[in-house]
Amino acid sequence: MKLLTLQRKMVRAVMTPLTESERMRQVAPDGRSLRRVSSQIIKPNPRLAAFERLEIYNRQYWFRVLSALAEDFPGLEAVLGRRRFDAMAKAYLADRPSQSFTLRNLGARLVGWLEKHPAWGGSRQGLALDMARLEWMEIEAFDGKKEPALEIGDLAGRNPSALRLRLQPCMSLLALGYPVDELLLAVRKDVDPSAAASNGVAERKKRRHATRVAQLKPTPIFLAVHRVDDEVYFRRLDRSQFAVLSALAGGKSLSDALTFALDGTRGGFEPTTAIEEWFYNWAALGWFCAAEKRSKGKRRPHLRSAE
Amino acid sequence: MPPNAYNNFTDYGIGIGLRASHYDHIVSQKPVVDWFEIISENFMIDGGRPLRILDQILEQYKVVQHGVSMYFGSAQRADREHLRRLKTLTRRTNAPWLSDHLCWGSVDGRYTHDLLPMPYTFEAARITARKIREVRDFLEIPVAVENVSSYAEFHVSEMTEWEFLNEVVERADCGILLDVNNIYVSSQNHGFDPFTYVNSVPAERVAQIHIAGHSKYRKYILDTHDHPVIDPVWKLYARAIERAGLTATLLEWDDNIPSFDEVRDEALKANRHLATASLAASV
Repeated sequence: MKLLTLQRKMVRAVMTPLTESERMRQVAPDGRSLRRVSSQIIKPNPRLAAFERLEIYNRQYWFRVLSALAEDFPGLEAVLGRRRFDAMAKAYLADRPSQSFTLRNLGARLVGWLEKHPAWGGSRQGLALDMARLEWMEIEAFDGKKEPALEIGDLAGRNPSALRLRLQPCMSLLALGYPVDELLLAVRKDVDPSAAASNGVAERKKRRHATRVAQLKPTPIFLAVHRVDDEVYFRRLDRSQFAVLSALAGGKSLSDALTFALDGTRGGFEPTTAIEEWFYNWAALGWFCAAEKRSKGKRRPHLRSAE
Repeated sequence: MPPNAYNNFTDYGIGIGLRASHYDHIVSQKPVVDWFEIISENFMIDGGRPLRILDQILEQYKVVQHGVSMYFGSAQRADREHLRRLKTLTRRTNAPWLSDHLCWGSVDGRYTHDLLPMPYTFEAARITARKIREVRDFLEIPVAVENVSSYAEFHVSEMTEWEFLNEVVERADCGILLDVNNIYVSSQNHGFDPFTYVNSVPAERVAQIHIAGHSKYRKYILDTHDHPVIDPVWKLYARAIERAGLTATLLEWDDNIPSFDEVRDEALKANRHLATASLAASV
């Protein structure tokens, strides 16, 4: 058997979802007999059959990817509940196995996948999507690229109709239907992986999450997910601020961004002093970097909106 | 054994794997450590805290890079984005050599994130060696390949694991990161004498040695890096050092990670063997 053939057979077997009791399946969902596959490629030894030896890799694979995804999306787990999240994660990873050398990117396609499979969110689909979007953008903000920031002095005296500002590549703007930022922070506060919590404590936390989720009412929010001094923050924006920043991120000049965004918001005209203050604060947070010459494939900050 | 092209850093001493749970201690306390080994993939990113910490570590310590997903043994070509990011990192760290595993883990662009065992065939040795050469030529630094622990053997294998290792490193003309814990784990899982393995490795190619702990189950041993090193592994280490001479040694501890001092105390136990080798070298 050629190397490539063997590797394809083994990876298909290793990535086959486990049974409910977390064992390797005798028969894969596509009808392959995994007992036959394992005996074709793997030698038994006096203690373990070929099937059992392959099963070690099958189980390790699923334990590894499931725990990595759960670690990255504790908020989504709180929204869906542990059992539903586990089932969703298995379905997602079976459908969208990792295509990256790093586990960091395991959840990169989760939002798109959830949009196509609304049954997993059920009555909480909007909330689940918002949470998944926020958690993925937090990952992007954590280790994304940050360029030298423009200071407020760099903006003074520039012609607004010619001035184009870019947002930091690691930064994202999100328009969401639920205040998931508060929920995620609350969930994070409860999650302490190093603590050996008793069953009672874990159960109380689980109930607390369920209550929070049940009480969360749809409320449109606008967020900037950004990084300052290596810490990721969620900063609430109002509709006008979000519109201006989105227009800048879309490549509009400063004057066009202000005209477009503020005309498009129902709030109407914003006092000039308020706008100056916005830019002062945003520049102080290091959100702006110099525009670069346009070229294909350059990454823009993320812009996401709720359904 | 004097320094040579594969083991040119006989003065490196004992290193410790850099892990996130120890970042604050290392940065604030600046403990005495010969060098740190980083998992390359954790730092092949564009920014943020991990890179800032790495830069702080680089100001104080020597750093060597160890990868977990180059998959030299995968039948398909190396991922270009992976190589580009890895090269960027090697320029940042100035690592004197780079290591990854003699294994595979991806096919057709799908990644298992595991270190899957090789079928020990001549075809696999040829493909693996070619990939090691390509990676080394692209990165422009010496490469050492690490033997993995395994739980399965393939019908198609045409040689033993150590014969396969030798075949690959000779064809690739590269170094070896000899993991004596992995040898022990595999020897128990597959029923061979681990000393035969250690004695069969070309000693002059051993660029680095890994030591670690593991977990014993009823029917097999799992390489978990979550325990102290056991005596049989120390004996293999002593034999490896006896053959290869002074060699950079690293303790891996990746799960249930204790305090930094505990990890360092465990790693420094290697000194008793290195001291013997040092004495032998000076005679």
